[in-house]
Amino acid sequence: MPLLDVRDLTVEFATRNGIVRAIDSVSLSVKKGEILGVVGESGSGKSVTSYAVMRILDRAGNILEGETLYSGMDLAHMPEAEVAELRGREISMIFQNPRTALNPIRKVGHQIEDVLHAHAQAAGANLKMAAVDALKQVRIADPEQRYHSYPFELSGGMCQRIVIAIALACRPQLLIADEPTTGLDVTTQKAIMDLVVDLARERNMGALLITHDLGLASAYCDRIVVMQDGKIVDQGATDMLFANPGHPYTERLIRATPRPDSLLRDLLTDREETTTPATTAPATQASPEVLLEVKNLVKTYPVGSSSPLSFMDSVRRKIARTPAETFRAVGGISFSVGAGESIGLVGESGCGKSTTSSMISRLIDKTEGEIIFDGVDIGAVPAKDFARHELRPAIQMVFQDPTESLNPRFTAFQSISDPMRRLGGVTSTDEAWSRAELVAKQVGLPAHLLTRFPHQLSGGQKARVGIARAIALHPKLLILDEPTSALDVSVQAVVLNLLADLRQEMSISYIFVSHDLNVVRLLCDRVIVMNTGKVVEQGPADQILSNPQMDYTKSLVAAIPHFSS
Amino acid sequence: MSALPPTKDTTPTGGRQRSAKVFWSQLVYIATGNPVTLIAFSLFLMIVIIAIFGPVLAPYDPLASNASNALQPPSWDHWFGTDNVGRDVFSRVLVATRLDLLISITAVAISFVVGGFLGMLAGYYGSWWDRLVGRMVDTIMAFPLFVLAMGIVAAAGNTVENIVYATAIINVPFYARVARAEVNVRRNAGYVLAAKLAGNSDIRVMALHVFPNALPPMMVQVSLNMGWAILNAAGLSFIGLGVQPPTAEWGIMVAEGANYIVSGEWWMAIFPGAALMLAVFTFNLMGDGLRDLVDPQRRT
Repeated sequence: MPLLDVRDLTVEFATRNGIVRAIDSVSLSVKKGEILGVVGESGSGKSVTSYAVMRILDRAGNILEGETLYSGMDLAHMPEAEVAELRGREISMIFQNPRTALNPIRKVGHQIEDVLHAHAQAAGANLKMAAVDALKQVRIADPEQRYHSYPFELSGGMCQRIVIAIALACRPQLLIADEPTTGLDVTTQKAIMDLVVDLARERNMGALLITHDLGLASAYCDRIVVMQDGKIVDQGATDMLFANPGHPYTERLIRATPRPDSLLRDLLTDREETTTPATTAPATQASPEVLLEVKNLVKTYPVGSSSPLSFMDSVRRKIARTPAETFRAVGGISFSVGAGESIGLVGESGCGKSTTSSMISRLIDKTEGEIIFDGVDIGAVPAKDFARHELRPAIQMVFQDPTESLNPRFTAFQSISDPMRRLGGVTSTDEAWSRAELVAKQVGLPAHLLTRFPHQLSGGQKARVGIARAIALHPKLLILDEPTSALDVSVQAVVLNLLADLRQEMSISYIFVSHDLNVVRLLCDRVIVMNTGKVVEQGPADQILSNPQMDYTKSLVAAIPHFSS
Repeated sequence: MSALPPTKDTTPTGGRQRSAKVFWSQLVYIATGNPVTLIAFSLFLMIVIIAIFGPVLAPYDPLASNASNALQPPSWDHWFGTDNVGRDVFSRVLVATRLDLLISITAVAISFVVGGFLGMLAGYYGSWWDRLVGRMVDTIMAFPLFVLAMGIVAAAGNTVENIVYATAIINVPFYARVARAEVNVRRNAGYVLAAKLAGNSDIRVMALHVFPNALPPMMVQVSLNMGWAILNAAGLSFIGLGVQPPTAEWGIMVAEGANYIVSGEWWMAIFPGAALMLAVFTFNLMGDGLRDLVDPQRRT
């Protein structure tokens, strides 16, 4: 008998626009000791499935029919009190963002004790021992010390370990992990996933891994279920599924996921291939003309400047003539970007890549060094005055999160035309419209969507608006700050191809900031790997990926989960 | 909301009319979507109509005394009875609406503008702007607010304008704090950085990109504050500051009527008090509706 047996589960949500069926007759099962991957893009109903199993749907959600049998007991029709008893003790869940899953003002040790106490797993003096033991299980160094830590004192990866420790403290039989590593660095992701899988195998637990990342699912799951629009479209053992996908959607997903050997055009589905002429990947002609040269760039931040005590501190320092304590976010980096060249800036969070790109785009001031753009040291112009500098139109940026980077009160047209009006010398509304329509066409955004507000657009459409705004002024240098990390793989494939086309059409130089080496390789001629504010390694993209020289780069490359087929 | 026209307009009627139409349909949508909002907006409409047409609607002259007809209980002739000098309480309650509404709306408008502006500077620039505005606001908050208002009116002179200023000053901290918090979380949002890249100066970024997005929570504050402002104005009049008798004003009427409650003439104080309560109640109910009205996410 399977540990979890979901049969014909259908969930509906009552929304303002009527009833929406989120999942439709979903059937899946997890055996003891088995890891099942549930894969799908956003809106496919994979999270709703797990919420329905745990009975933690919000009030608008309703399990219409079907049953979820957990060792023979039907969770879907059990009284709430009994489900609550099972949650945490028999079935546990790990959520996406570890920081929001932990109580920020309670010591992590106490949070583990809460769970143990609630399910009467330990009491009194044993409680602390059990909590420390749970910390040991998730391989946290110095568990006795960490017991007294608050979540804000720990890194993202450490927090996720604590969440896992809480989830596994009562030795549950079934673990549901909902995107457990989204937002974590690749090396951290590898450590966390290795830990989850090891613990699951060790304890012979069943596990449900919900993810959008096919590579991750293939690396860690025994079996995979593919969901699309609330239905299961494909399932099978991991090897079989990748070798021989049974559904065109699976095939499309596999295609769209970048692999170490895939070409940019390969990512697109056949349908879109016919509309885009099969151009070759951007030619790697490193032009001799240098557009941007960064020399010895440094950015330091004062440590703890926001606390009210720091004012007294700084007074005391001034009296004692000791320099203020500083943190070097970027510690003296140098590189150059040729005209029309595309550079990848790669590293894990906190490596200084975003700070570097903000300095180059003149959003923040540098501490030391030079930023020479087109022969002008733009680093010398204060960031607050650069808005009116003649080179402002030449350096533009595409931001990480397409939703967050569009003003919610501006229509797509207003967002795209804003830079034209401010810097492009466009004064009349008619002219702005004709130019906005032109740019929209360039990025493949249908003109009728221009009157919409961001919340009325899909993720891919918002990404296009962001790109349209950035290229509206025909910049010479475009800084792309993880432009696809918030997008589904199929949308990512389209956006990456669009960026490659635009680069060829308009001969723009790119600085592509990303943590994903596979994606960077597709779009960039050269890659610069950064760590702790320094350049670790730089060179041609293919060479860095296939034959990294430095240990740090090697660990980065090794941590990327991917499948071979 | 913005210097740019909201939509491309192909109709000959022009953009302004169209945006008015959008606003109207948004209003209808929000009011029909939530019965509480519908009730609140209808009550508000009623209060505004009374404020505008009060003197016309009133059956008697609110100031005309008639000693022979004093202290009459509610009847068909005088719905709310008459007061100690024979004035019709119903007429006085109606006429007083305009003055009370005017005081509170002006006061709230002033504190919204001043507090919003200061809070925006503090939230956007941080550092010493933040400290300066923060300490200023803390200083105001350190006083018991009503006592501060009393002090201001007593010191500056017993006029309606001074009631407005006093009410505005004691409400500034709330707007400054809300605006500071809302602007602060948005000052490094992607769209704000994008606006800087598009060549917007700091002032334009603040006025067009940051502040409008901080409006929804501020509207809730506005609606709550309207209630407080009316209470505050009535309270000052109640203790004899600001509006002077025989002007019809809810606070004075309650104060005058209070002396007669012990002797059984309850109608003099109860009816203006009820009007005051209804107005405060309406403004407090309106908060959610106002917020939805300025929130683009709710626009369909």
